[in-house]
Amino acid sequence: MDDLGFILGSYIVTFGSIALYVASVVKRSRRAGRVVSREQRPWT
Amino acid sequence: MSERRHAFASVRATARLIAVKDLRIERRGRVLTNQVLPFALIVMVMFAFALDSDAVLERVAPGLVWLATLFSTLFVIARSFAVEGSDGALDQLRTSGAPSAGIFLGKALALMVQLLVLVVVLVVAAVVLYRADLSWQGGVLLVTTAVAATGGLAAVGTLYGGLSAGAKGRETLLPLLVLPVVAPVLIGATRATESAFGTNGIAVGEGWPWLGLLAVFAVLFGVTGAIAFGSLLDE
Amino acid sequence: MTPTSERNVTGTSFTRGLGIVTVLGIGLLIVLGLFVSPADVNQGESVRIMYAHVPGAWLAYLAFIVTGVSSAAYLWNRTRSLTWDRIAGASAEVGVLFMGISLVTGSLWGRITWGTYWTWDARLTTTAFLFVTYVGYLAVRGLGGSHHQRARRSAVLALLAVLEIPLVHFSVRLWNTLHQEASVAGRGTDVTMDGLMLFSLFLGVIVFTLMYVWLVLHRQRALALQDMVEDFGLDAALAARRAEEVV
Repeated sequence: MDDLGFILGSYIVTFGSIALYVASVVKRSRRAGRVVSREQRPWT
Repeated sequence: MSERRHAFASVRATARLIAVKDLRIERRGRVLTNQVLPFALIVMVMFAFALDSDAVLERVAPGLVWLATLFSTLFVIARSFAVEGSDGALDQLRTSGAPSAGIFLGKALALMVQLLVLVVVLVVAAVVLYRADLSWQGGVLLVTTAVAATGGLAAVGTLYGGLSAGAKGRETLLPLLVLPVVAPVLIGATRATESAFGTNGIAVGEGWPWLGLLAVFAVLFGVTGAIAFGSLLDE
Repeated sequence: MTPTSERNVTGTSFTRGLGIVTVLGIGLLIVLGLFVSPADVNQGESVRIMYAHVPGAWLAYLAFIVTGVSSAAYLWNRTRSLTWDRIAGASAEVGVLFMGISLVTGSLWGRITWGTYWTWDARLTTTAFLFVTYVGYLAVRGLGGSHHQRARRSAVLALLAVLEIPLVHFSVRLWNTLHQEASVAGRGTDVTMDGLMLFSLFLGVIVFTLMYVWLVLHRQRALALQDMVEDFGLDAALAARRAEEVV
């Protein structure tokens, strides 16, 4: 069925791109975290 | 009361000074006449190549006039702030204590005058190249439309030009910022110009409501720009 | 200094708990949306896309509202806290992500239901403009300059977007009604919904809200870290320059 590809595709696009975004945020924060010590982070 | 009047006079004086300065720079540099206008005309010729049909060209002539205007506007805005960026002129303006609303209105006014010249040339090009018809009544509508539309474009252009002035990569950023904002101008001005040209038998009277949209746009961004420009300038 | 192999930089026990709940919710949403909930009478199976599409679009709108409000808070607040600016930036980023996703899933849905990927309906067109506007906003945030320069620029831009979007929406609607017959919006979106379908949509909104909060919290902290790194870099450079002068 043609629709199935569209439906699965939309779920893959949705959660796939959110997962990619999460990965990029985590990567950026880890890189920055090397320079900023734990005591300097206001939320800890 | 007199203090307010004084502030108002100072804004007006600054606006006039800045506008005259920008137009004088343009008269000496001739960037508009020697670079932007030829670019706009070549765009009009290219449209004719791409569409390749007299009937289609006549039908879409109003839209093409305003598309060419929008593209050329981007260059004029960039030029308007490149002038300030060199030799730190914008920094000097900033520290001179001149009211920022005056700076904004002056730059917008100079921009508007240049855009009006551009539109006039493009309309003539449309009449010559695309066989657009222009009646006397349509001419009145077209002139009013051009004033309102270029006013809106100039206000938006000055605002976003000032926003990205002095930043790296602003040449590519400016179109991205400005084009979505001026979509109402493209829509309104194209419809009004369609009535003025009588494209598809649209009556001149149908164009006037679109003029309202253009006027509202110009006033909104003019007022907002005059208020917000200061916070973009002070560092 | 901290060990380089640190894994959880921007998390707290709160965000960790929130993250676990969110992941569970996503799993439940996928099961409900794809398998358990029934097909719609009008839309058929394509209604399943709605459980991801509608909440994404709503949360994107909410994200842009948050950006606007925190931009105003940055500009009006006497203290000019950069935290407001970072919340605005993080929210806009998540909003652009959600809106991009919604545009893609929406056009996939439209292809099934309407037979076309795109229609020049006022709501769709405005959404596309919103997307482009905030892509531009994010580009302006990346222009460089001092933190406060970035904050002021982007805050003014976010408030200008509040002015821009209604104008665009209004003019597109005006343009649309004159140039197109009936709009496709409204057709296929039936108000009467099955209980399970309604619940799936409801769950979708909750899951996307949780995701939004989780993402903005982390992104905002990551932005704070990046700002600090830049400040340290400047301090280090100044210190190096001073040391040079002494020698």
